Amino acid sequence: MSDASLHTASTQPQAGQGDAEFGDYFALLKPRVMTLVVFTAFVGLIAAPQGVHPVVAFAAILFIAVGGGASGALNMWWDADIDRVMKRTRNRPIPAGKVTESEAFAFGITLAAFAVVMLTLATNVLAGALLAFTIFFYVVIYSMWLKRWTPQNIVIGGAAGAFPPMIGWAAVTGSVSIESVLMFALIFMWTPPHFWALALFMRSDYDKAGVPMLTVTHGRPATRRHILVYTLLLAALAIVTAFTSVGGPIYLTVAVALNAAFILGAVRIWRRDEDMADADDYAVEKKFFRLSLYYLFAHFVAIALEALLVPFGLGGW
Amino acid sequence: MSFRKEHELHTRRFGRNLGLGLVLAGLVALVFGLTVVKVGVDGFTMQQSSEAKD
Repeated sequence: MSDASLHTASTQPQAGQGDAEFGDYFALLKPRVMTLVVFTAFVGLIAAPQGVHPVVAFAAILFIAVGGGASGALNMWWDADIDRVMKRTRNRPIPAGKVTESEAFAFGITLAAFAVVMLTLATNVLAGALLAFTIFFYVVIYSMWLKRWTPQNIVIGGAAGAFPPMIGWAAVTGSVSIESVLMFALIFMWTPPHFWALALFMRSDYDKAGVPMLTVTHGRPATRRHILVYTLLLAALAIVTAFTSVGGPIYLTVAVALNAAFILGAVRIWRRDEDMADADDYAVEKKFFRLSLYYLFAHFVAIALEALLVPFGLGGW
Repeated sequence: MSFRKEHELHTRRFGRNLGLGLVLAGLVALVFGLTVVKVGVDGFTMQQSSEAKD
């Protein structure tokens, strides 16, 4: 801000565009999404076979979180037109007029570059490259290209959210392995049933914003079928993960119990129609959605426990 | 002409500047910590390995 504008503000101070608070910039980072990024990156990091200094581990998770936040800011910059239309997103910093679009872009791109460079310096080139690819994937492939073009947007968007454990693993080992790919696949396959269950009972205004959602483009019966298919594939992946180096008896017990419950929920959703769902106010769909939150959290906690209990002779096979 | 410091606009700007200052201070501390760890671990290892060659 120039001196001239500051002097103008001093005589007649007005809260204008771009006069955002610290919290508005923080909101651009999508803090709720960042909690999932931090948690899964942390699990990927501690499940990795080698150890890493706690300061390096902290820095790695922080820079992965900042990179994830930067992609959130760039997503808000690109999707500002959609966010203005939809009720759920109308209060975000850009549509609310607290941060300008160009500020959000500058903020996002600067933080993205910063996070990639710092993660590379703190850990290794592969981790930095994976973070850069994640940001590119979420912003360019998902937000700019496929989100408004295909009803499979949730599937593609899920890939961006699935990278953090793989980056955490790479930060320690400097490599990609079957275990880190399986952790990626777990989140990737979990995302569609999780969001489509939500889409069934939350009447969203995505269609008003011109975003194709499966529930609208292919109908609700097709969405129910999709949930079942993805849940079956997810269950297979989750069980296979138990027999790798990140699995163990604890993980296997959690995976068997939760996947049985998840498949049961998906079958119930598949067998219902809209009349049945309307009759009980989407009780089955809501229960499945709540279960999906515990599902992912418990799987990753189990992976973390297997790694943390190894020094006590308990974790792993 | 004087600033009316009590105005809400200035409070918000102060909050933003304070937040940014704390973030930058945290970053300095983190980079310092990373430097100590990297030099302490990698530097010592490299020195050891070069000594071993001699």
